[in-house]
Amino acid sequence: MPKTSEIDVASIRADFPILAQKVHGRPLVYFDNAATTQKPRVVIEALREYYEEYNSNVHRGLHALAEKATERYEAAREVVARFIGAPGPGSIIFVRNTTEAINLVAYTWARKTLRPGDEILLTPMEHHSNLVPWQLAARATGARLRFVDLLPDGQIDWNSFLRLLGPRTRLVAVTHISNVLGTINPIRAMAQVSHQQGAAILVDAAQSVPHLPVNVSELDCDFLAFSGHKMLGPTGIGVLYAKEEILESMEPFLSGGEMIGEVTLESATWRELPWKFEAGTPNIAGAIALARACQYLEDLGRENVWQHGLRLATYALKRLQEVEGVHVYGPGPGTPRGALVSFTMEGIHPHDISTVLDQDGIAIRAGHHCAEPLHRWLGVPATARASFYLYNSEAEVDQLIASLQRAREYFGHVLG
Amino acid sequence: MSLDDLYREIILDHYRQPHNFGSLAGATATTHLKNPSCGDEIDLELRVNNGRIEAAAFRGQGCSISQASASMMTDAIRGKTIPEVREILAAFRRLMHGNDPQMDLGDLEALAGVARFPVRIKCALLPWEALEKSLRPADGPAGK
Repeated sequence: MPKTSEIDVASIRADFPILAQKVHGRPLVYFDNAATTQKPRVVIEALREYYEEYNSNVHRGLHALAEKATERYEAAREVVARFIGAPGPGSIIFVRNTTEAINLVAYTWARKTLRPGDEILLTPMEHHSNLVPWQLAARATGARLRFVDLLPDGQIDWNSFLRLLGPRTRLVAVTHISNVLGTINPIRAMAQVSHQQGAAILVDAAQSVPHLPVNVSELDCDFLAFSGHKMLGPTGIGVLYAKEEILESMEPFLSGGEMIGEVTLESATWRELPWKFEAGTPNIAGAIALARACQYLEDLGRENVWQHGLRLATYALKRLQEVEGVHVYGPGPGTPRGALVSFTMEGIHPHDISTVLDQDGIAIRAGHHCAEPLHRWLGVPATARASFYLYNSEAEVDQLIASLQRAREYFGHVLG
Repeated sequence: MSLDDLYREIILDHYRQPHNFGSLAGATATTHLKNPSCGDEIDLELRVNNGRIEAAAFRGQGCSISQASASMMTDAIRGKTIPEVREILAAFRRLMHGNDPQMDLGDLEALAGVARFPVRIKCALLPWEALEKSLRPADGPAGK
């Protein structure tokens, strides 16, 4: 596929078999991409090829299929490393998803590093998967959690961040892009001041790597976690990036086959990076298909993908504000945001919005989006969220708006 | 399947002006329940006297279906004995599974359409789960 300066939605849609269907008799408008994205044919093909042509275990067989599977699996790691600007494949650990990647750090690095009185600095906009693992780690070590204040538009209050970041802070764990607000956090600046204070920084990049050209070397983060299924890849494959010197110092998370150097009845040594952290047979097909997804995004141009999502989010924000009774959350117009908009409508609960939209073939998410504390901060129990990706168009946003008008009329005639 | 199958007029009436909304003086059983996947929550209060529900009230936040269901449920169980309430509960569950409730459920039958919207069944059932919990002897005096 040639690199183009803009995203050609019509030709991209032809790559995604699932998008051709109708839902309740209407063409599917898939706006639930922050939950999971659809898969292009090349990714589905990569899975099929592995299982039909060279299914075999990795790193142990001495036959042709095993050799091919191992070579493709390790090549996938190199593709992913390049995709996020990691210095080498040794810093790329394949896991199931973002949640597992964060737990890996919370159960190994954090439990070994944290002492009573140490602090983990978080924000109120974290997804539960970048909050609950730290609650448990704090409980296990006697460390305490601190939370940076947010400004009214859902951006980090930088002064609060600087005030709370202190000599007791051992870790800053923060989302790169909020899955509810769309806020983009200034990771590079946060990493710089965190390191000055001797704290490590972990980035939940589940919503950023799929959209934004992320470079871990430029960000200078210590840990970064993301999921394959939110970036055109299959479910069950995700990535933990960490600086190699930190990974070297860490104990294994899961143990067993594949991750050992030498085993006696009483003890064992570990394999070198990254395999020390990959116990058991990994998701071989998933990793290979994720690499294919990375290539698909690179062929389109990472910057093009980002600009397309930003344009859709900006357009949706503007159109939503035209609907009477709609309230939108997160940064206002003019501030860059992730490819999503969360909103509420007066008199109509987000679940009811979602049901009405579904009847029109439009898939959105309604609820607290695994960010309950953030919704408490927003003062609403739930929001509706439309989240976009490279196969979505402004015409689809127009359909969303028309359907919301219909929902307002439908409920309005009773609610007055 | 149309929206009108789900959002019957009477459901939206109950959503707009829920019956028995608030707290109850002299409540003998209070149950808080939350649907962790969507965030809907309910506080159900019952006043049980001599094995009969004298009054029921609820507070909570949620969608039209969960709120209307709670409003209608608190109407339906008032004045009923605990065994009668258990029968209504079982009948309502049958209705949510798309089956004949095998008893007259009055206004509640307007919720029959929910059975055709599987993702919304848990919304309609939330207040009933709270009711069931408060009828368990271990959880409060209502079940005794």
